[in-house]
Order: sequence, then structure tokens, then C-alpha cells
Amino acid sequence: MITSFLGVLFDGLAYGMLLFLISVGLSVTLGLMNFINLAHGAFAMLGGYVCVLALQRWGLPFYLMLPLAFLLSALAGLLLERVLYRHLYRRSHLDQVLATIGLTFMAIASANYFFGPMQQPVQVPQFLSGQISVAGVDLNLYRGFLLAAGAALTLALTLALERTRFGASVRAAVDRPRVAEALGIRVGLVFQVTFAVGCGLAGLGGALGVQVLGLDPAFPLKFIVYFLLVVAVGGTSGLKGPLYAALLLGVIDVAGKYYIPEIGAFIIYAMMVILLVLRPQGLISRK
Amino acid sequence: MSIPTQAARQIPVAEIVFWLVLAAGFWLWPSYLPLASQVLIAGLFALSLDLVLGYAGIVSLGHAAYFGVGAYAAGVLASHGWGEPFSGLLLAAVCAGATGFITSFLVVRGKDLTRLMVTTGIGLLLFELANRLTDVTGGNDGLLGMEMRPLLGTFRFDMYGKVAYGYSLAVTFVLFLLMRRVVNSPFGLSLRGIRDNPGRMLALGYPVHRRLIAMYTLASVYAGIAGALLAQTTQFVGTDVLSFNRSAELMVMLIVGGTGMLYGGLVGAAVFMVAHHYLSDLNPSYWQFWLGAFLIAIVMFGRDGVLGACLRLMRAWRVRAQKAALES
Amino acid sequence: MSIALRTDGLVKQFGGLRAVNSVSLSLPQGQRHAVIGPNGAGKTSLINLLTGVLRPSAGEVYLGEERVTRLSVHQRVKRGLTRTYQINNLFPELTVLQSVLLAVCEQHGVATQLWRPLAACAAEIAAAREILRTLNLHHIEGEAVKELAYGQQRLVEIALALACKPRILLLDEPAAGVPKGESAALFAAIARLPGEVTVLLIEHDMDIVFRFAERITVLVAGAILTEGTPQEIARDAQVKQVYLGNAA
Repeated sequence: MITSFLGVLFDGLAYGMLLFLISVGLSVTLGLMNFINLAHGAFAMLGGYVCVLALQRWGLPFYLMLPLAFLLSALAGLLLERVLYRHLYRRSHLDQVLATIGLTFMAIASANYFFGPMQQPVQVPQFLSGQISVAGVDLNLYRGFLLAAGAALTLALTLALERTRFGASVRAAVDRPRVAEALGIRVGLVFQVTFAVGCGLAGLGGALGVQVLGLDPAFPLKFIVYFLLVVAVGGTSGLKGPLYAALLLGVIDVAGKYYIPEIGAFIIYAMMVILLVLRPQGLISRK
Repeated sequence: MSIPTQAARQIPVAEIVFWLVLAAGFWLWPSYLPLASQVLIAGLFALSLDLVLGYAGIVSLGHAAYFGVGAYAAGVLASHGWGEPFSGLLLAAVCAGATGFITSFLVVRGKDLTRLMVTTGIGLLLFELANRLTDVTGGNDGLLGMEMRPLLGTFRFDMYGKVAYGYSLAVTFVLFLLMRRVVNSPFGLSLRGIRDNPGRMLALGYPVHRRLIAMYTLASVYAGIAGALLAQTTQFVGTDVLSFNRSAELMVMLIVGGTGMLYGGLVGAAVFMVAHHYLSDLNPSYWQFWLGAFLIAIVMFGRDGVLGACLRLMRAWRVRAQKAALES
Repeated sequence: MSIALRTDGLVKQFGGLRAVNSVSLSLPQGQRHAVIGPNGAGKTSLINLLTGVLRPSAGEVYLGEERVTRLSVHQRVKRGLTRTYQINNLFPELTVLQSVLLAVCEQHGVATQLWRPLAACAAEIAAAREILRTLNLHHIEGEAVKELAYGQQRLVEIALALACKPRILLLDEPAAGVPKGESAALFAAIARLPGEVTVLLIEHDMDIVFRFAERITVLVAGAILTEGTPQEIARDAQVKQVYLGNAA
């Protein structure tokens, strides 16, 4: 009983860490520009397909694939920010929703065209596969790697935000965009870079998560609710909120599916509605 | 628009022609009547979303919830041996309206993104519910065994879809007239006021939340009736009536047609479904790709949809004709 | 004369800042009353407390005999308290006539009607047009509010307030941003308000205040410095120093 609980907790935390990596960019987009980006999951999907291509067709080693997934997704983000997103910052939320749904459709169709509708199988690299037994609990090694990698990245992000000059600009722009502008911070540029990094992180999360989340063309729609939920619960300022929200969400989701599989995804959706009703101003409380 | 102006007085002619063409559908597109029924039903459903989105300004991605409740209400009634169509519609209207009324309290709180997520959540919740309640809904296999009795006791639902088309057209037409009346009433104006500036509406003394609840309940009734029509005319209900895709496609249809203009939903449904019919035969991913591109294009270059573009063209043409008449 | 609007020791605390500090006002019915004060004196907070946008930290608000401190914005509107906004707060997509109709329909109690076409609400349309005529807006009644010039939008703002048939009207810098020439129509319309309407004006422009107000309250740092007739205020040395001195 306790061992199964520890196993679920472990899997849930690893899953939550993935959700955090993918969602943190979304949280920044929403906090910084009050922009609803429903296409955010498409960047994670891109990372996932980069992972599949790199490992299976190009034969790249695992540790080279990860930065590649990050870079390509960030590049895609940068490009789309220039041609599409920046024209939508001042538009209504409906316009943002429509355009990003359109973008999601295009991403899904492209994935379908190039890779087909099936789930993509990916082999966990040899040195990360298998189980290890810690104090009588069997733990999946790859999930342990996810947790460690997620923790390391979170630490790096926190340091980057709190110790660097650019990080200070980002925080200023999130908290007080007008003041930041007046102080000579180029909010547009800050946003562009942050957006790209957020997309890159989503791509990295997508690449890391192929084994856990699965990968097929419907990915961006299937998981957008989870990503939005992380932001809704965790808020949009700082990293701590989304991190805790993602971990909590991961554990609840895994535990729900493990202990009461009959009701499946019901828990998450119900939780989402209840939370939003309790906190109606939710994420866009600051305007 | 709601105050009589020259433009408003010209509309009825176009409107009458519009409905006459639809009525002539029996002879104009006899072999496409089932598709045409689906267009009408989708158009009625889009009219419901138009009230929510176009008039009251609530962005919803979960409107299929009410469509699905209506479809299942009518479907379950018919599969339990009561196949009279109109009582099915009535039951669907009541069930969907009740669902809409209860959930409206959740929806009207918060702002755009919160509302978007709450409506999405409600839609997903009901979808999951239908998947789990296999005893009632048949789950993934769908609800089978619906036996519809003849319409008004005389017209049997035929395999060419003639009766189904006539039935859908009549119901859509009547509900359309009612909605036309509602949006042109003081109540309709107050919805547009709320869409534009809810805070100022409060300051004018309007109970904004109560208005939105009434509006949302009415829209749910419409969505439920549309769902029931689909169930009855196809004699089948699958869980896809509640799917997220249905909500998203509905939004696309309405946007393609144009919001806040009543006819936008019907025009959009026709364009969307006819295009889908032909293009998805080529390759389903082409269809989705170009649909996405089209959505982005609509956002970037003019948000009033196909209908809005037509009206603008007509206006420009009329101005030019007047100028030409003056110069000659 | 009975008292139309009264506050009793009104306080609003924002963290460590007392934006409104123990303000007690009393406006007899029909009085034209102005509140002046330098920037940051708490004028806007005071308006927000009166209308119910903000809840006071302490003190009470009365409309007539009734205590309304706990009532919401729209409940106070129902009791005849109407305001205008310093920054235009309108319905951009609606036409001028439709905007005013919104207010008139609510006043006439027809706003809940689902069934009657708006075009058939002849009494309401006539009332709305009447208001537009007094403000010289009738010739642009069919234009969308977002298409209008800023000064015209200010007039629509006033039209909305007038259409609410206020018993007490709070004017929050009504002439802000209006070209001098156009503000005349605005104040002429306000001056034509029925004598029983109580008006509380918040304004920077001293010319307007001294021509319009019967009584003036000077607010400094959230508290009442002094109150009196325009002549008394003009002579008051303290006021000169704090307010007019700053302006000069």
C-alpha cells in the first residue's frame, strides 16, 4: 500500500515536472502580455517530433537531441512571434483564441501529413531504462532522470531570473509593464526573447516527455487543458506558483488514474472548474 | 441596426429570398438533403453561440455541452419507445436549458480566459460523463435503437432525408424568427451593452449577471434543440456530440460566417460544411491545415466573416451605383 | 430643504495611506456643490465611495434618510445616484442613440422585455432623442460611439448620465479633454437640469467651479480643509495658499 503510494507519488512528480517545463512559457506569455496562446502545446509537440527524428532517423545520441529540441522549438517560437504573435498582443482575447486555434490546427495537420496519425514509439536510451529499487520501492529510472533534469532546469531558470540583468528586466516587465517601459526596458524585446525561451522549454519538455505523455498529432489539443490549468492554479508571476501547481496536478492526475480509473480524466476537469469558480479572476487578475 | 434605418428596411427582402431558397432546397439540391439538414442544424447551433459570443461577448469553447445534453435527451426518449419528435424537442429544450441555467452561474463569473476555461471544462466534464455512463449513453458504441414515429403522425422519416430536411428547416426557421425578435428587443440591446462595457452597464443600473444568466439559459435551450434535431434526423447519438472538436468547429463556423449578425451562423455553417464535404475527401490533413490558415487570415484581415464581407461589398457597390447615377 | 446626500466620517485606508480621511458632507436637495482640491486630494476615491465602487474603511453614506453604505453600485443607481466618469467609459460598438436608449430603457423599466422590438419603443426613442438634442448630438445619433471625436464622446457620457434621470448627479471632471468652445454646450445642459436634482461636481477648472457651484468643499490630503460659498472660498487665505497658490 505504502510502496504503491510512493510509486504513484514518484510518477506523479515526474509527470508534474514535465507539465511545469512545458507550461512555464505559457505562464510568461499570459503574465507578460496578457496573451491567450492556445497553440502553446504545438511547440511541445514540435520538440517531441524532433526527439523522434533525431533518435530514430538521424541516429543522434540522447544528450545531443535535447538541446536540438530546445533550439528548434525556440527558433520556431521566435519566427512565429515575429510573423504572427506580435500582431495579436493588442487584439481582443477572442482574436487571440481564434488565431492560436488556427495555428494549432495547422500544426496538427502538418504533423499528420509528415508523421501520420499514429503514436510515435521512442526507445528510452539504454543507460536510463529499467528500474532501481530504493528502500524497497521500485522506481523507474527514466522518471528519476526527468525529476532530476526538471529540478536542475528549475534551479537554472530561478538563477537566471533572479541573478541576471535580463532576468530583472523580465520580472520588472511582468510586474509593472508600464513602469518597466518608462525605465527604458525594451519590453518588446524582452518579450520576444522570453517567448522564444518559453517555446524552447516547451519543446524540451515535449522531447523529454514522449515516453510519458505519448506523442501523436492530437497532442496540442489533448494537453492544452493541463497547461492552462497549471497557469490558472499557479498564477503568472514567478516560477514557484506554476511549479507547485504542476507538481500537484501531476500527482493528482496520476493518483486519480491509478486508484480510481473508472472516472479517469473527470477529476482534472472537475478540479479545473471548481478552482476557477473559487478564483474567478484567476490568471488575469492583473491587467 | 435595431433602429429603423434605410439599411434595416432593405434587409427583409434579402431575408425572405434567403428562406425561400432554403425552402426550394427540395428541388435545388434533392440528392444533398441529408447534408443540407446537417447544415441547418449546425446553423441553428451556431445561432445559439452567436447569442453567447456575438451579442453577449462570452468566449466559449464548450458549447457542445448543451448540444449533447439535448441530443441525448431526445435520443434516450426515442430509444425508450417514445418516438414522437416534438416531445423529444421539448424534453431536449428543458434538459439543455436546465443544464445551461445551472452552469451559467459558473460561466458568468470571471473574465475572458476564466470563462473560456470554465466553458471548456464543463464541455469536457460532460463528455467524460457520457463516456462513463455507458448504461444510458451506450458509451463509445453510441446510442442505438432510436425509433422515430412519423412527424405529425403522417410523415415518415424517409431514407432520402426529405422529411428530415423539412422538419429541420421548419424548426430552424421558427426558432430563427424568435431569436431575431429577441436580439432586436431592449433585452438584446442590453446584451450588446454588456459585451461592450459591463462595468458601465452596472452603473446604468443593469443587473449584469442576471442578464447573462438569462441569455445563457436561452442559448442553451437553442443548442439543446439543435442537438435533438441531429439525434432525431440521424436516429443515432454518439459521444462526439459532446466533443471539444464540435465546440471548436462551431466557433469556427460562426466566425467564418460573421458574429452578431444572426445569419452569420447559418452562412458559416453552409460554407464550412460544404467545404468540408469536398475538401476532406482529398485529404483530411489538407482540410485541417487550410482551415487553420483561414482562421488566422480572418483574424488578421477582417473579423466580420463571409457575411460581413458580402455586406461591405454590397454597400460599396451601391455607393458606386449612386455616384454613377448622380454623374450621368 | 431635505438632505439628498450625506456622508458621516467617511474613511478609506489603502495600506498605510488614508486616501479619504473622515469626510462629512451634507448636500441639501437641489444644491450645486463642487469639490475641489489639488491632485491626490482624494477626490476620485471620494466619488468611488459615494457610488459604491469602493467600500469605506469607516463611516457611512446616506441617500436621503436611507443608509446605503452596504449597497452595491447598481442598487445605488436604482435610488437615483448617477455618475459620469473622468475617462470616457462608453459603449464603443453601439451608436449614440443606442447608448442613450440603454439608459432610457432601464429607467422606463422596459429593459427586460424580450419580445417588443426596440423600434417599437417609441416613448423611449423620443426621450433619448430629446436628451441628444439638448446636447447637440442629435445629428450624429446613428454613428458608432468609437467613431466620434473625444469631445463628442464626453457629451455622450453626459447624455448617459442625464438619461438615468438622476436625483443626485456626480460629475467627475466632466470637461476634462473637451475643447473650450464645446464645453459650453455641456455646462448649458447641466445648468438646464431640473432644480430638484442635486449635483456634486468635481473639477479642476476654477472658472467653471466658481460660476457653477453654490457651495464649495476644499479637499486636501483626503480631509476637508474648509467649506463655504464661492465668495468665502475665494477669500479664504488657507485655500489660496494650498490650492490656488499651487495653481498660480
